[in-house]
Amino acid sequence: MTTYRDAMREALREALIRDDRVFLMGEDVGAYGGCFGVSRGLLDEFGPRRIRDTPLSESAFVGAGIGAALGGMRPIVEIMTINFSLLALDQILNNAATLRHMSGGQLSVPLVIRMATGPGRQLAAQHSHSLEAFYAHIPGLRVLSAATVEDARGMLWPALQDPDPVLIFEPAALYNAESELPRDLGATDIDSAKICRAGADVTLVAYGGALRLAQAAAEALVTDGIDAEVIDLRTLRPLDEKTLLESVTRTHRLVVVDEGWRSVGIAAEIAARAAEYGYYELDGPIQRVCAVEVPIPYAKHLEEAALPQVADIVAAGRRAVS
Amino acid sequence: MNGSTLDKDERIELLRQMVRIRRFEERCVQLYSAGSIRGFLHLYIGEEAVAAGVLSAIGPEDAVVSTYREHGHALARGLSMSALLAEMYGRATGCSHGHGGSMHLFDAGRRFYGGNAIVGGGLPIAVGLALADAMQERPVVTVCLFGDGAVAEGEFHECLNLAALWRLPVLFACENNRYAMGTALAREHAATDLALRAASYGMPAWPVDGMDALAVADGARRAVESIRAGGGPCFLELQTYRFRAHSMYDADRYRDKAEIARWQERDPIPKLFAQLHASGELAEDALVSLQAAADSELDVAIAAAEAAPFEPVGDLTRYVYTERS
Repeated sequence: MTTYRDAMREALREALIRDDRVFLMGEDVGAYGGCFGVSRGLLDEFGPRRIRDTPLSESAFVGAGIGAALGGMRPIVEIMTINFSLLALDQILNNAATLRHMSGGQLSVPLVIRMATGPGRQLAAQHSHSLEAFYAHIPGLRVLSAATVEDARGMLWPALQDPDPVLIFEPAALYNAESELPRDLGATDIDSAKICRAGADVTLVAYGGALRLAQAAAEALVTDGIDAEVIDLRTLRPLDEKTLLESVTRTHRLVVVDEGWRSVGIAAEIAARAAEYGYYELDGPIQRVCAVEVPIPYAKHLEEAALPQVADIVAAGRRAVS
Repeated sequence: MNGSTLDKDERIELLRQMVRIRRFEERCVQLYSAGSIRGFLHLYIGEEAVAAGVLSAIGPEDAVVSTYREHGHALARGLSMSALLAEMYGRATGCSHGHGGSMHLFDAGRRFYGGNAIVGGGLPIAVGLALADAMQERPVVTVCLFGDGAVAEGEFHECLNLAALWRLPVLFACENNRYAMGTALAREHAATDLALRAASYGMPAWPVDGMDALAVADGARRAVESIRAGGGPCFLELQTYRFRAHSMYDADRYRDKAEIARWQERDPIPKLFAQLHASGELAEDALVSLQAAADSELDVAIAAAEAAPFEPVGDLTRYVYTERS
């Protein structure tokens, strides 16, 4: 069995071995081994030139990643958690995402930024949010969410092959998740959403930490005689609309699950696309299961109440088919 | 001359570059007033010695990161007047295909990396370019130009720390024109000695008379030599002044006319010309000739920009993601 953490570390090792231009930088990635243990051992193996500890200066080291990408390197920048990425949002939006356009196509920023995201560890409002929608809003970025051990292993290399800036979101609650990885696991297809479970009665769409909830809900719905299809969006930008709409065309019902807030979020976007392009395929209202619109609280019972739970998704699935 | 290490041709070239930049921007004012070019227009008039001097100290393999007040930087880096004007006209032949405008001039071939409208936004990019060069063992320098306003941004401190920590080959060239938009230096900084603040990060840092092109060129050469020798980053505080307002939208009510007039007495162009004339290196009418040459260059560039095609609207969504073949 491989943990999500080990899978990501193996992906990093592979990238560092395959391409001399690749290097990792971020807070605590070297001597400490990464605050989630993802980069443990890499400093010993690859040395401080390629495993670079940075000061607590998100804007400077993310921007330095942009400059290094412009200068011919293939940097992987780790931001400890998504809340800290806001300190670098200026560099990500105003430089990484726009340099190509502002320069009339002269410049590319082949940079990968990884960061932990999401709730579930009682870390309260500044360490629990799912802000992926902020980044999925921005043209010029590719935004990936690794919801499975397989994708933690298989997503980094294609991200590094992309000539444009790519963000990879890793749900922090998944680092201990385990899975058996096939020996011949190839690169993840980062252009497409993935149908994780085929079903005929209702489409459950999720990404990141919400995917396992949707999968559990799909299993629970079987006892109701409801055969749910589960889709992992995987790429939040650009969205794979085709897979989504084809699924809705088969099932005619849609539930969107999102650990982010309901308003102006990923779930809102998915629902809007389904309504815009799949309206006549829908046999009932689209259901959304999202985080309650509060900063995520500390206390366990409040945190659970604020977040989508399997039972909420099951109930939404029942409503969708009723 | 004045202990300068520059030879005669180099000194004359400094003057020629300053004249080109001045004439270019004076014409930009006319074109802006006529509505031919739009957007924000940040003029560099008065600060030409900095662009001409600093960029004379580096070679084509070195990198330059610039700001939104970058016409002078771009011209001194070798971008043509045609490429700049066509960009400001929003034409397909512009150096950024009309997608950038006055604030976003780029030339990848000349390692001219913009053109950044976010104050301080270019500093991390400069650090990263220098990191890439250092990791690939290329013996080159990145020049990062920015203003006194950027010194108040967090990124300034993050980036000087990082560059000094990793001993990266960056020349931080701070154009201290004494105003962050409309806010005077002493109203924006608790400590106004900017070189001293940079020195606190453990890098060589010193002030330079930014109205004296020879002093700027000599200072920049000294800094670049130190960086190339492996001494890590350097910081120059180029003490200069913009004769015009922050932008064409700025009514310039925050400075008194006497202050502007005092600085105009130190105009770097007549100053260098007077020196070259006094030493017998330039004839009385040489300045007029340089101006005429710049004007001819401008006439050709304006005609070309006005005749150039617009970027097709069909290309609107190009250059967002790399096109895959």
